[in-house]
Amino acid sequence: MITLLRRHLRPYRRHLVVVVVLVAFQALGQLWLPSLNADIINEGVLTGDTGYILRIGGVMLAATVLLGIASIISSYFSARAAMGFGRDVRAAMFHRVQGFSLRELNHFGTPSLITRNTNDVQQVQMMIVVGLTMMLMAPITMIGGVVMALRENAQLTGLLLVIIPVMLLVIGVMMRWLIPLFRSVQSKIDKINQILRENLSGVRVIRAFVRTGYEEERFTEANADLTAVQLRIGRLFAVTMPSIMFIVNVSSVAIVWFGGRLIGDGTMKIGSLTAFISYVMQILFAVMMAVMTFVMVPRAAASGERVLEVLDTEPVIHDPASPLVVKDGGTPRGTVEFRGVEFRYPGAHAAVLRDITVTLPAGSTTAVVGGTGSGKSTLVNLIPRLYDVTSGTVLVDGVDVRDLAQQDLWSRLGLVPQRAFLFSGTVADNLRYGRESATEAEMWKALEIAQAREVVEGLPGDLEAHIDQGGTNLSGGQRQRLAIARALVRRPEIYIFDDSFSALDYATDARLRAALRENTSDATVLIIAQRISTVLGADQIVVLDEGSVVGVGTHDELLESCETYAEIVSSQLNRTEAA
Amino acid sequence: MSATAKPARGRPGPGGGGGPGGLGLPAEKAENFGPSFKRLVGRLRPERWKIFVVISFAVFSVGCSVAGPKLLGTATDVLFAGVVGAWVPAGMSKDQVVAALQAKGENAKADMLAAMDIVPGSGIDFDALGAALWLVVGVYVLSSIFSWVQGYVMAGVSQRVIYSLRDEVDRKLGRLPLGYFDQHARGDLLSRVTNDIDNINTTLTQTLTQAITSLTMVLGVLGMMIWISPVLALIALVTVPLSMVVTMMIAKRSQPQFAAQWKWTGKLNGHVEEMYSGHELVKVYGRQTQAEELFDETNERMYRASFSAQFISGIIMPAMTIIGNLGYVGIAVVGGLRVASGQISLGDVQAFIQYSRQFTMPITQLASLTNLLQSGVASAERVFAVLDEVEEEPDPVTPARLDDVRGHVEFDRISFRYEADKPLIENLSLEARPGQTVAIVGPTGAGKTTLVNLLMRFYELDGGRILLDGVDIRELTRDDLRHCFGMVLQDAWLFGGTIRDNIAYGSGSATEDDVLRAATAAHVDHFVQVLPDGYDTVLDDEASNVSAGERQLLTIARAFLSDPAILILDEATSSVDTRTEVLIQQAMARLRKGRTSFVIAHRLSTIQGADVILVLENGAVVEQGTHDELLARHGAYHALYTSQFTADPEEAVASR
Repeated sequence: MITLLRRHLRPYRRHLVVVVVLVAFQALGQLWLPSLNADIINEGVLTGDTGYILRIGGVMLAATVLLGIASIISSYFSARAAMGFGRDVRAAMFHRVQGFSLRELNHFGTPSLITRNTNDVQQVQMMIVVGLTMMLMAPITMIGGVVMALRENAQLTGLLLVIIPVMLLVIGVMMRWLIPLFRSVQSKIDKINQILRENLSGVRVIRAFVRTGYEEERFTEANADLTAVQLRIGRLFAVTMPSIMFIVNVSSVAIVWFGGRLIGDGTMKIGSLTAFISYVMQILFAVMMAVMTFVMVPRAAASGERVLEVLDTEPVIHDPASPLVVKDGGTPRGTVEFRGVEFRYPGAHAAVLRDITVTLPAGSTTAVVGGTGSGKSTLVNLIPRLYDVTSGTVLVDGVDVRDLAQQDLWSRLGLVPQRAFLFSGTVADNLRYGRESATEAEMWKALEIAQAREVVEGLPGDLEAHIDQGGTNLSGGQRQRLAIARALVRRPEIYIFDDSFSALDYATDARLRAALRENTSDATVLIIAQRISTVLGADQIVVLDEGSVVGVGTHDELLESCETYAEIVSSQLNRTEAA
Repeated sequence: MSATAKPARGRPGPGGGGGPGGLGLPAEKAENFGPSFKRLVGRLRPERWKIFVVISFAVFSVGCSVAGPKLLGTATDVLFAGVVGAWVPAGMSKDQVVAALQAKGENAKADMLAAMDIVPGSGIDFDALGAALWLVVGVYVLSSIFSWVQGYVMAGVSQRVIYSLRDEVDRKLGRLPLGYFDQHARGDLLSRVTNDIDNINTTLTQTLTQAITSLTMVLGVLGMMIWISPVLALIALVTVPLSMVVTMMIAKRSQPQFAAQWKWTGKLNGHVEEMYSGHELVKVYGRQTQAEELFDETNERMYRASFSAQFISGIIMPAMTIIGNLGYVGIAVVGGLRVASGQISLGDVQAFIQYSRQFTMPITQLASLTNLLQSGVASAERVFAVLDEVEEEPDPVTPARLDDVRGHVEFDRISFRYEADKPLIENLSLEARPGQTVAIVGPTGAGKTTLVNLLMRFYELDGGRILLDGVDIRELTRDDLRHCFGMVLQDAWLFGGTIRDNIAYGSGSATEDDVLRAATAAHVDHFVQVLPDGYDTVLDDEASNVSAGERQLLTIARAFLSDPAILILDEATSSVDTRTEVLIQQAMARLRKGRTSFVIAHRLSTIQGADVILVLENGAVVEQGTHDELLARHGAYHALYTSQFTADPEEAVASR
């Protein structure tokens, strides 16, 4: 966490200096006030000098106002520094993650990245806010308080050598008991949440299998567990506060007793006693504050580590130093070629894809079929460099994709991912995601091809209809069709449909494919599909099995030559109909 | 401080911590504060004797700690008298000294001495000092013990109340009709059981005790202050409205900033979530620049709002300190003058200063308690709303019993709608004879899954009846009814636990062998074997460590194991690749043998062997028959069927 602070608080170091100076000023000022009060008693009250009392009173008043102003200024600078830090770290993380490839994204996991970018940064920021006030104030107050107490009376200050360790001991013991309990409370709350979440999402299954009673038992157990720990914490708290208050109170009694002895000896003035009590109180409260706030540190430090981990992750995929530009007249536009491609996840024994050599000629339609886990999606992710091959090459328009500028490469592609993800905003916003300059007519045309015209017309405000984040206010099939329209609006050289028709019923699927064929005749199309009907009309079909190509050809050719394909087909059609 | 104080989940967190004393965040208001508050208090009834103990001990404790400074003040007086006494020459009486001072013209000093109880020349009376201090210690010991007992008892009270509330809500969720879960967001319900109950917990522990202690404190301190010196009390009192007005003024300015901070935090988090979830799209569609621009803009706005909120609320503390110090200076000065003139003793001034420091804290505490109470009651209201929901119709008092289920199912002219103004199923009848396989096909939204839901009695019919072996299902208990069925759903639900537990979920008494047999039949065994922990692999919450297809296979194994009389498969193999599906089907065919089964499927290949195929459109059966019969009829089924296999849609569409 220190690294994170050092790196991102740097721009605010002037702010920090101001804050430290002002906080020190406040702490010392607060300590100075009781000594003025002592002067009033010693010099004013005892000698009956009312003029002196009023004069010192005026000084105290001025000091108070000055301290207040200092405090407001330091609050200004600490807020600037802490909030600025938060803003900068958040931005740095967001920019960093934007550059991540799927490999880094999957390494962290999307939910974890979201939490790191939001909550974790928040935690560290909060600690800075508290740190710049309480944590800074406490040691200064303590040191200053001890100095002032020594100035007032050295012998009596010795009492602090007993009081402070006792206080620390009591707080320390409580913390030792409490912190593990807090941790266990968190895990028990998580447990309850987990059971509840399962109960809510699985309500149908639970009732169908008549397990309501069993689930209630599970919940009751977790509930009793949580209650027991919380009760222990509550009871520990019940003993903590009275003990601490008792120490504080008894301290003042002890000061009066021992101070009285010193006054009797004539080594101390009576006004100093009042001041002394004030110092000790301030010191003790500073100790308490410091300990309480330092409880925050481990949690913030853990958050800081998680943030730093992201910031320090270099994306493995980045633009080449000198990107190549596709020249006209070479390979026809839209050609995709896999040459001896192998892909394996880091550290995995087996490769996901092995020795893939396939060419997608410009303007043709290629379909990829294969069972669950045969590597179909991985294959398409290699084209936009969401992953990089581990050996072999992927070429687009005759150029290795690793030699192209990523923006240039992406501008050639229209991707419809497996999970049809829509962004919050209007239908038009989502379609323009494909191409910002798309006209309304172009959008309607794309919707028509994607068989989504009726869907959009049925929405209130059609193109301006609101879409929730992720498109959750639409059905799966509607989402898929809009995602397809988004790719169509882009008019790319190469379309990639990653199992994008799965949520459509057969009739819609068929109409959509026919419309696509008509309208994308000059583009290269790559379709991944489970349904044989979807791939029947493709120019070539690539059959994948456990990461290898086991057949390339047309439907009829493959039926003859490729056993795997024949099996897939027969699992879906009757023999006679397939032939 | 509460044991469960933690940032609320599911809601955007505030940027930089709220202002002091809960003044930062606008409190949510309960809609019906009065009734909800009463109801919350009503839940404390069983604990009323304990609460009585809590209240009285809190009052005792505060009473003792209020007495402390005054008693300590008498000790100071003993010291002061000693100091002054030592300084007066021995042998003279007090009156003589006073007279001598007056003669010297030091009237003020003379007045002070006159009011004191001194023995000239004696020095400090340490016996008296010791006695006074022991009394103080005794009072503080009592105060701490009272406070401890009070806190101890209260912890038990609040935890028991919270436990029962949580338990009640959970049991309630078990009795709510399924329609309730369709209409209410999962996150919202979750938040009610966790965040809201936590919030009530905090409110209960804090408001009750703190309200009592703060109130007793204010009254006690005020009483002591007036007793010591009405004039000084007046000075202390003036600072109270002053600090309240200032706090209110600042809070009024900071609240919109906090609201803005919440708003922008929410927006920023939403944007981050969206961009990270759609990461590959953002990249491939070349929208990183826009994403970053929007992020920077939102981030900047959030920064501005949170800076203002932090800074403005940061003024409250120094402002309070200034006002507090003003009071302190006023008391020190006026008190000093009055000691000098003998109208008050030094010990009393010292005690008074301590009181004045204790005076403002409980007042601000009381102010923040109202906020806390508001939000606590608002939470209670949300929880009570769940408790007040209409429950499922209770099971019949004398339910019919089915001893040996044959599996004869009959839908008799049923009608059903989810929403009052949108009829879904009207007057539908169908029959499944024991051992038959009934397939239901049709476009999305035709009501296929609804039929299953009605059969399981997840929803109540609006008209007609459903008979199982001739008995109206409403005459059976729900548990008995559902025991007859085994169900596999499209979205396969797994819970956090081992694969073995998940498979055995349907039957409490399954042996290891049973689990293995079911797993093998459902082709689960094959992929479980390659997992590092095999059947002991723990599936996580959203079960992201197994694929969608594998999840479905697991739920199929679960249904196999539960060995039901009637089997329901609702798109059970939709995510499984077709080759595996064929294998599963063979296993299922064995399982279905002799049982009635309902199969819903998109892929028509799945249901070709069914005894009866029902084609459902808009909540009505439009065709009914075997695969061959329906194909021969060239109707809706034929259209559906051909569209699956032709590359040319025109033919399929034209044939309808």
